[in-house]
Amino acid sequence: MPGREFLTLSGTPVKRLYTPADLEGFDPAVELGEPGEFPYTRGIHPTMYRGRLWTMRQFSGFATPEETNRRYRYLLEQGQTGLSVAFDLPTLMGYDADQEMSEGEVGKCGVSISSLADMETLFEGIPLEGISTSMTISSPAAMLWAMYLVVAEKQGARWERLSGTIQNDILKEYIAQKEYIYPPRPSMRIVVDTFEFGARHTPRFNPISISGYHIREAGSTALQELAFTLRDGVEYVEWGIERGLKVDEFAPRLSFFFDAHNDFFEEIAKFRAARKIWARLMRDRFQARDERSWKLRFHSQTAGCSLTAQQPRVNLVRTTIQALAAVLGGTQSLHTNALDEAWALPTAEAALMALRTQQVLAHETGVVDTPDPFGGSYFLERLTLDLEKGCADYFQRIDAMGGMVPAIERGYPMREIAEASYRYQQAVEKKEKIIVGVNAFIAEEEPIETLYIDQGVAEKQVARLKKLRRERDSGRAEKSLRELARAAEGSRNLMPPILEAVRAYATLGEMCETLKGIFGVYQEVSAA
Amino acid sequence: MSRRPIRVLIAKPGLDGHDRGAKIIARGLRDAGMEVIYTGLRQTPEMIASAALQEDVDFIGLSILSGAHNAIVPRLMSLLKENGIEDVQVLLGGIIPDADIAGLKAQGVSAIFQPGTPLAEIVRFLREHVPERHAV
Repeated sequence: MPGREFLTLSGTPVKRLYTPADLEGFDPAVELGEPGEFPYTRGIHPTMYRGRLWTMRQFSGFATPEETNRRYRYLLEQGQTGLSVAFDLPTLMGYDADQEMSEGEVGKCGVSISSLADMETLFEGIPLEGISTSMTISSPAAMLWAMYLVVAEKQGARWERLSGTIQNDILKEYIAQKEYIYPPRPSMRIVVDTFEFGARHTPRFNPISISGYHIREAGSTALQELAFTLRDGVEYVEWGIERGLKVDEFAPRLSFFFDAHNDFFEEIAKFRAARKIWARLMRDRFQARDERSWKLRFHSQTAGCSLTAQQPRVNLVRTTIQALAAVLGGTQSLHTNALDEAWALPTAEAALMALRTQQVLAHETGVVDTPDPFGGSYFLERLTLDLEKGCADYFQRIDAMGGMVPAIERGYPMREIAEASYRYQQAVEKKEKIIVGVNAFIAEEEPIETLYIDQGVAEKQVARLKKLRRERDSGRAEKSLRELARAAEGSRNLMPPILEAVRAYATLGEMCETLKGIFGVYQEVSAA
Repeated sequence: MSRRPIRVLIAKPGLDGHDRGAKIIARGLRDAGMEVIYTGLRQTPEMIASAALQEDVDFIGLSILSGAHNAIVPRLMSLLKENGIEDVQVLLGGIIPDADIAGLKAQGVSAIFQPGTPLAEIVRFLREHVPERHAV
């Protein structure tokens, strides 16, 4: 089509052809290195998936802890290799199932966890020393992590042998997902408390998953996802150092999480650029000496926002291509979305198909046989370099504002994302971007079967909480909350008093209300 | 004769923070010449009803993606009735399963826009259904 402009999904122009002229002065030894070598553009391991496949980690959680526990056991029996807990909205916001704000939301978007008792049920019969668990929770991450550690303790597992990740990325909450509780500065303090605690007690646990996923899902471009996420990473490192931690004490356990969207080459380039930029930042900006601090390890999830409610089976195809981009981009773990997720949390059947997609990629396609097979492609290397350059520009702007916390306080990343999201929507409305089944190739169809969570879940969880409050040692629980408040008023690490409150069966809501009393609650700076 | 621009309250009730859709709708309706008030996140039905009254809007557009619509919508509808706000139409967007649509409409929701609805279709609906009282 003459005159038509060719753009990536994020709106970057694509030339007709890429040739050696696009890589003039490109030194592979500097820009790429070998896989497993600085700057890790081609991957963090010399043999990548020959040594070990990525972890197939399906994000899952719904309704009561019993029901989710059954789903976990089912997925593990089907060959899944790691767990990933999806919590419901009240849990993400630090509310108990019986608080007024929780009405209508209990167990809907994930599993409802209000206390240690719920966490014990969630992992019943699953030995925690033998599995790695990721928990997608940020604002109340310290509390949920403490619950996990206490469950492990009760199983007789040693903390130093536990592996997994808590999301704990509060900055992206202000930027994109909006599940925040306290204002940025006290929230950052809690995050650094977990870094410090983790460095001493849980050397194999990632105390954070610095997340671009939600930034992208909120409508950002690939470049904004990359730049804001890495700049968040810089902010966490700076706060850790400010606390008095040595960079190599905690940086090796920082982990990342990216979206795997539709634009195949742009996504692969994004993953490669992320590793390269992070390695240089850690070595040059922060003088990290431990190579493990240089290596950006990441989880990826296929793009939820790309799933269509129309002709949902087509989502299997989208997800497959996105997952392939993540694998070619060198991901350490992967979640593939289920085809019915534009409508609801997945049915067991849809969840199984999503897992099978990864198994086909891993075992039938040959893409795991050699690392970074597209490395050296004129197009891919050009895209990687351009993303790196664009990221440096964003860094300059955010550094000039005094860092990510001040940038958030003035609403900068949120505005950038809202702009990009609106531009994209307009392109869809004008059919400059085609979405199969939505603005083209529309067809009548029968609705698919979806998972339905009824109100009975809330009633069960509320009854369980009532029983817990009746039966626990209330003196111990109250004392632990007073102790938590005292610690929050001062500056000592909050993990020990949180662990004591968890052991005393103080509830999540009680702990968060206690901290709200001291830290206050956050109000968003810019609406729309 | 001209009439006042259509006034719309876009509200995000419940705990969910996914505001991409609500913000796009707010901006799209503004670009179509309407006056839009966006409430921001975590509004209770009480807050929404009171904002609708104060702002004298023609429509309330609720964005709900979390599955909490069956708890939130009935509470809002009865609050509107109690406060005598009966000429304001309530619209619902987000993730609303087909199975719930009839029940929500029976409670008085005027229209439900499921994922993938073009902005133009929403704009058209609002123009065609704007309450008579504002026509001059």
